[in-house]
Amino acid sequence: MGLLSKKDAVLITDPLLDNNPITIQVLGICSALAITAELKASIVMAVSVLFVLAMGNVVISLMRNIIPSKIRIIVQLIVVAALVIVVDQVLKAFAYELSKTLSVFVGLIITNCIIMGRFEAFALGNGPWRAFLDGIGNALGYGAILIAVGFFRELLGSGTLLGFKVLGDPIELTGLYAYGYENNGFMLLSPMALIVVGIIIWIQRSRNKALIED
Amino acid sequence: MSKRTDSNGYTLLFAIGMVLIVGALLAFTASSLRPMIDANKRIEKQQNILYAMGVNDNDESSAIFISKDKVAAEFSKYIKKQLVIEGDKITEDANAYLIDVKKQQTAAKTGDVRKLPLFVGEKDGKTFYVAPIRGKGLWDAVWAYVAMDKNMVVQGAFFDHKGETPGLGANIKQRYFMDDFIGEDLMNNGSFKGITVSKSNNDPKNEDKNDNEVDAIAGATITGDGVAAMIKSELGLYVPYFKTLK
Repeated sequence: MGLLSKKDAVLITDPLLDNNPITIQVLGICSALAITAELKASIVMAVSVLFVLAMGNVVISLMRNIIPSKIRIIVQLIVVAALVIVVDQVLKAFAYELSKTLSVFVGLIITNCIIMGRFEAFALGNGPWRAFLDGIGNALGYGAILIAVGFFRELLGSGTLLGFKVLGDPIELTGLYAYGYENNGFMLLSPMALIVVGIIIWIQRSRNKALIED
Repeated sequence: MSKRTDSNGYTLLFAIGMVLIVGALLAFTASSLRPMIDANKRIEKQQNILYAMGVNDNDESSAIFISKDKVAAEFSKYIKKQLVIEGDKITEDANAYLIDVKKQQTAAKTGDVRKLPLFVGEKDGKTFYVAPIRGKGLWDAVWAYVAMDKNMVVQGAFFDHKGETPGLGANIKQRYFMDDFIGEDLMNNGSFKGITVSKSNNDPKNEDKNDNEVDAIAGATITGDGVAAMIKSELGLYVPYFKTLK
C-alpha cells in the first residue's frame, strides 16, 4: 500500500489477521450467528457494517475532545443510531428496493458490538483519518469471517451458493444428490455458525501460537 | 479527557445540545422525505397486488415486480374493481388499496367493524380476487397478497416481512416458497381450512394441491407457523363474501 504509511497500513491489515474483530476480539458474534445462513446476507451485512463503521468512527473521532466521558457510551449510541436511521430514510426515498433488502439489517447494525467496540477502543483516542482506516480494517476483518462462515453454511446447509444450486438439485436428485448426498439442515441453525467460527479460531491459533492466551 | 468536559454542567449542556441537534436532524430528514417514501409505498402496494395475480417480470427463479413507471397504468388496466367489505355491506372504492390492514386489525379489536379490502382483477379471461393479509412472524410483522379464484383456490401469492432472519424466515419472499401456494385449495370438503406450512407433509415437489399443506422452510419454523396462522385467520374473514359468489 504505497498510499499509506506503514503505521497506517497496519490499521487495515491487523484486523484482517492477528487482531480480527470476531476471532480475536470476539466482537460482533451475535450478528455473525444470526445472518450467515446465506452467503448473500453475509455480504450485504459486511458492506453495511463497512459503511457505518467507517463513517461512525470518523464522526466520533471528530467529536472526541468535546464528548463528556460520563455519557460517552450514550453519545456513541446516538451517533450510530442517527447515522443508520438517516441512511435508511434516504434509501427509502431514493432506492426503495435496496432499502427493503437492508431494512432487516438496520437493527442488527445499531446493536452490533463491533461498532461500539471500535468507537470506544479506537475512535475516542485517535484522529479522524486513522479512525477511518481503523473502521475500514475492522469491517473488512469482520466481513471476511462473515463471508467465510456464510460460504460453508450455505454450501453444506442448502447446497447452494448465492442461490445457485452448485451441488445439483436435491428434489430432482441431480448432481451430487444422485449419489445419495444430502444437505445438512443443521448447518442452517445458529449453533453451527458458532462451531464454524470456532473452527476458524482453532485454525488461526494453531498457525500462530502467539495468539493463544494462557 | 480535559477537566472541562467532566463537569456536571457541561455534561448536561452537551446532552441537551446533542438531543436537540440529532432530534432536529432526524425530524427534518423524516418530514422532508415523507412524500417520496409514501409514493414508494403506494407503488409497492400496487406492485404487490399485481404480482399476486401474475402480472410481474419474473425470470426463471427470482421474483421481479413490473417496473415502477409502468405500474400505475397496469394497475388500472388489470384491476377492474376495488371492493371494501364491511360486514354485509360491500362498497366500491377506487382507493381501497390504500386501506391500512394493520389499522383495521387494531380497530376490529376495539369493536369496530373491520374494513376488508378486496381487489378484483382480470387477466387472460380469468377473474382473480386479491386479498391483503397481515400477521406475525418470529420477530415482527409478516404480510401477504393472496390471489384466489371464486372457489378460494390460490392463484398466486406474494409474501413479505419486516424483520425475519435473513437466510431463514426471510426466505418466505423467495419464489420457491411463494410458488408452492399456487393451486392450493383453501377449502376442504366445503369448509374453509386454510393452508398449513408443514414440516412433515412428505410432498417436497408439492404435487398434492388438495392437502391444505405446503412445504416449510428449514430453520424457519416460527415464521412458517405465523404465515399459516395469518392465512387461516385473515383469509377466513373473506369466506362469507366468497359464498355470495356461488
